[in-house]
Amino acid sequence: MDEIKLSAHALNLYFGNKKILKNINIDFPKNQVTSLIGPSGCGKSTLLRSFNRMHDLSPDARIEGTLKLDELDIYDQKNSVTEIRKRIGMVFQKPNPLPKTIYENLSYALNIHKFPKNEIPQLVESALKESYLWEEVKDELKKPAVKLSGGQQQRLCIARTVVLRPEVILMDEPCSALDPISSHKIEELIMILKKNYTIVIVTHNMQQAQRISDKVGFMYLGELVEFDTADNIFKNPANELTKNYVGGHFG
Amino acid sequence: MKKKTRSFFNWILLAGSTIIVCLFLGIILFDIFSKGLSSITWNFISALPSDGMTKGGIFPAIIGTILLTFITTLFAVPFGVACAVYLNEYARPSVLTNIIRASIRNLAGIPSIIYGLFGLALFVQAFKLGTSVLSAGLTLGLLSLPYIITTTEEALKRIPNSMREATLALGATQFETIKDVVLPKALPGILTGVILTLSRAAGETAPILFTGVAFYINGLSTSINQEFMALPYHLYMLSTQHQSIEQVRPLAYGTASVLILLVFMFNIIAFYIRFKHRSQD
Repeated sequence: MDEIKLSAHALNLYFGNKKILKNINIDFPKNQVTSLIGPSGCGKSTLLRSFNRMHDLSPDARIEGTLKLDELDIYDQKNSVTEIRKRIGMVFQKPNPLPKTIYENLSYALNIHKFPKNEIPQLVESALKESYLWEEVKDELKKPAVKLSGGQQQRLCIARTVVLRPEVILMDEPCSALDPISSHKIEELIMILKKNYTIVIVTHNMQQAQRISDKVGFMYLGELVEFDTADNIFKNPANELTKNYVGGHFG
Repeated sequence: MKKKTRSFFNWILLAGSTIIVCLFLGIILFDIFSKGLSSITWNFISALPSDGMTKGGIFPAIIGTILLTFITTLFAVPFGVACAVYLNEYARPSVLTNIIRASIRNLAGIPSIIYGLFGLALFVQAFKLGTSVLSAGLTLGLLSLPYIITTTEEALKRIPNSMREATLALGATQFETIKDVVLPKALPGILTGVILTLSRAAGETAPILFTGVAFYINGLSTSINQEFMALPYHLYMLSTQHQSIEQVRPLAYGTASVLILLVFMFNIIAFYIRFKHRSQD
């Protein structure tokens, strides 16, 4: 039995009066890649963003149910949201480097979380190495991050997340704005990162989901229709909807 | 062919409007500088006025306007930016925030003489600051606030949410996000608004009329609780209230030229700061 890192139990999420997520129960196993797939608007990203409390920013979002990181209740008001976001990192759909240098993009999070000053250069370097960006940027760490290519920017965003040594990395369609070669590099990176991190990724690309996932959740209209190993979802889905979706019949 | 004619016509219309606007600007500048530049000498900008304003320079008025604008900046920029940050970043959209926004926009439309009266009642009398450069600076600050708030809020609105999410997802607090990402990114836009507002404020006459400006001061006012001379008011006096208007006309044009050059300098500084900032990110 897999060890559970992150879970949602009886999760309902509303925007105003509209129910976006309907009674979601899901367990993400530790140090594996879990993909969330489903047609646009099915609530994949909404589900992903509820784990690091990104919905706190939307005044009309309302959440019911229990979300847990290990035994920690993510929405318990006693727990600091900044500490939770330090443990659950996030990579977004469009690369969003900070308007700072490459180096500062990584040192920023370390500074705000008060890492000892003398350890920061070393941590930045190892995070860049871990994200396979070091060789490409080691001579231009002082250059503005926006000067990098889109694919490099996205790997920088991953490095920026990794530098904090989170336990979980949430990825919201991290390759959708990238060319095939850059996406391939990100995929390779995800395969390496899963040794140390629990990864949850939202993707529209079925081939990608099949290549990288250990487990796959198929969502439709705010419900988690099927959750199983990647093999079962793609080769032997139990649900008719799943079968049609992964077969490319709709979505 | 017809399409081409029409697009040419549109181009003429747009280019023509631009040319006409530039032409008027050019005529104004040419008129003022052609009559004013000849009176600008080192003596004109560095000496005190003498012989009932018919001779000497406008040094006290230049210093007065700079000091006045400085006080206005010190008061209006921090409060204005803070207010805009609150409205755009913290306040949840509600009827109340909409009322606040509407009120701020209305304040921007109030004639400046009314600010003068208000400043007289509030700063000069109620706060007992007297007719002074401090009272006048604060009054101009009030006048500038609505513009600074509105332009800053527009600049903040242009920062995409993905920028805020980037730092929030790293565990930064909302305040850290605003301080480290949102404000630096919005700085060029904020600066543009601030400089345009302050340039306008530096040329205002009505609000300082009741609150501290003086036609003539013996010597240079160096304290912020004294009355002061200012370029726009000096210009107004020289061109309409002086007993020998014809004689001082070149001085009036000279004063106008100096005021324009001063505002021009503000803008160059702002341009430089914006340029430096752009090249960094």
